[in-house]
Amino acid sequence: MNKNLIITGLVIFVLAVLSPFWFNIVTTTQAAPEPELLGKAKTEKKCVLDKYDMRANHMSLLDEWRDAVVRDADRQYDAANGKSFGMSLSTGENSCLGCHEDKAKFCDTCHTYASVDPYCWDCHTNPKEIE
Amino acid sequence: MNQKYLIPLTAVFLLFLVAYTGVEGAGLQWFFGIVFPYVAIIAFLAGFVYKVLGWASSAVPFRIPTTCGQQKSLPWIKQNSIDNPDTSTGVFVRMVLEIFLFRSLFRNTKAAFNRNDSNKLSYSWEIFLWVGALAFHYSFLVVVLRHFRFFTSPVPSCLKWLEYIDGIVQLGLPGIFLSGVVLLAATLYLLARRIFDVKVTYISQAADYFPLFLIIGIAATGLSMRYFTKVDIVSIKTLTMGLATFSPVIPEGVGGLFYAHIFLVSILFAYFPASKLMHMGGIFLSPTRNMANNTRAKRHVNPWNYDVKTHTYPEYEDHFREKMIEAGLPVDKKE
Repeated sequence: MNKNLIITGLVIFVLAVLSPFWFNIVTTTQAAPEPELLGKAKTEKKCVLDKYDMRANHMSLLDEWRDAVVRDADRQYDAANGKSFGMSLSTGENSCLGCHEDKAKFCDTCHTYASVDPYCWDCHTNPKEIE
Repeated sequence: MNQKYLIPLTAVFLLFLVAYTGVEGAGLQWFFGIVFPYVAIIAFLAGFVYKVLGWASSAVPFRIPTTCGQQKSLPWIKQNSIDNPDTSTGVFVRMVLEIFLFRSLFRNTKAAFNRNDSNKLSYSWEIFLWVGALAFHYSFLVVVLRHFRFFTSPVPSCLKWLEYIDGIVQLGLPGIFLSGVVLLAATLYLLARRIFDVKVTYISQAADYFPLFLIIGIAATGLSMRYFTKVDIVSIKTLTMGLATFSPVIPEGVGGLFYAHIFLVSILFAYFPASKLMHMGGIFLSPTRNMANNTRAKRHVNPWNYDVKTHTYPEYEDHFREKMIEAGLPVDKKE
């Protein structure tokens, strides 16, 4: 096979493998978000789970909550830290967004950073947006 | 049980444990998260380039395309221009189909004895290797491409499209990505094929099992992190972005499973150029595929041929003409 063709292919391959490196050089890289605790969450300080657990596991918890509420009408979650919460994403003072008031800062920054597009908002609305 | 797969299996287990305990017990996050990935990517690229350049510089003295159809012949005989190409366009089409659709695997046959009294050996078409290989390669490609979300910020929209299509089933939370599941299933199938098909077992070596176990390990740890044990994805992305921007950081709270995953991936990268996985580069350079079968239309001189001193008959006659005429021998050219 033609040697120039092989070298061309090899150069393209090497560039493709190194793309994570040069892509971040030629484009401006967004830094990792620092989620802010605002409003009620700032004073409350106690969430449903521990901080790391919450960061890693909240989607499974929400999934379980959805099934518990929709199938068993069970709307109360008693957390390990002794507090109790309403099993709701956006309804009521005791829900997720009831405490973490700013969806854009609390949910979206990390989701955008990690390229996660949760389908929560296909059905739910952000109460702040309605008002 | 056979050592050809027990040793690679043990090796992958040990590699997993080395990283897991190294992080959980000895706190070597910086080694498994930063140093080794860099070493692995350098080893991968250097090894890959070295291998391909080695192949590029080896001579291919003969036209040896495998021909799987009618050669170009008389105008009224229909040529199979893809399976027996005589032009570079035909070769290009053949290569593209081979690389993207694995056509030579599609032709796979198996040999087996008939189950009835005749006990005749018969060959039949066996498509499942092709199916498994396609499923494996494409799902792995999608999984690798999806991981670019950990190395780009903001994530390009084409990756989001890929994630959207890959996650179209919307099962559970986090939503299931089909490629990951297919990857694990396909590697398990390819492994089962090696273990349970005795004829394939017979020709399987440790070097065939090791990459399979390694990829199974990678897929299993990855799926486990995403769907079962869970990790903080934002912390992990700060680590991977640190690697990509040459300002590595070790995030807090990320457990040994993630480091085991990235260690197995690094091992795969480092091991790649020394293994059969180099068919990734080799497929482009297979002389039996990338050459046109035009030996009857074109003269191909072996580049290894040295200049043979020849003495043709006209030269001979020029040399001895006078003596030949003197001796009364017939000559082609008088004077």
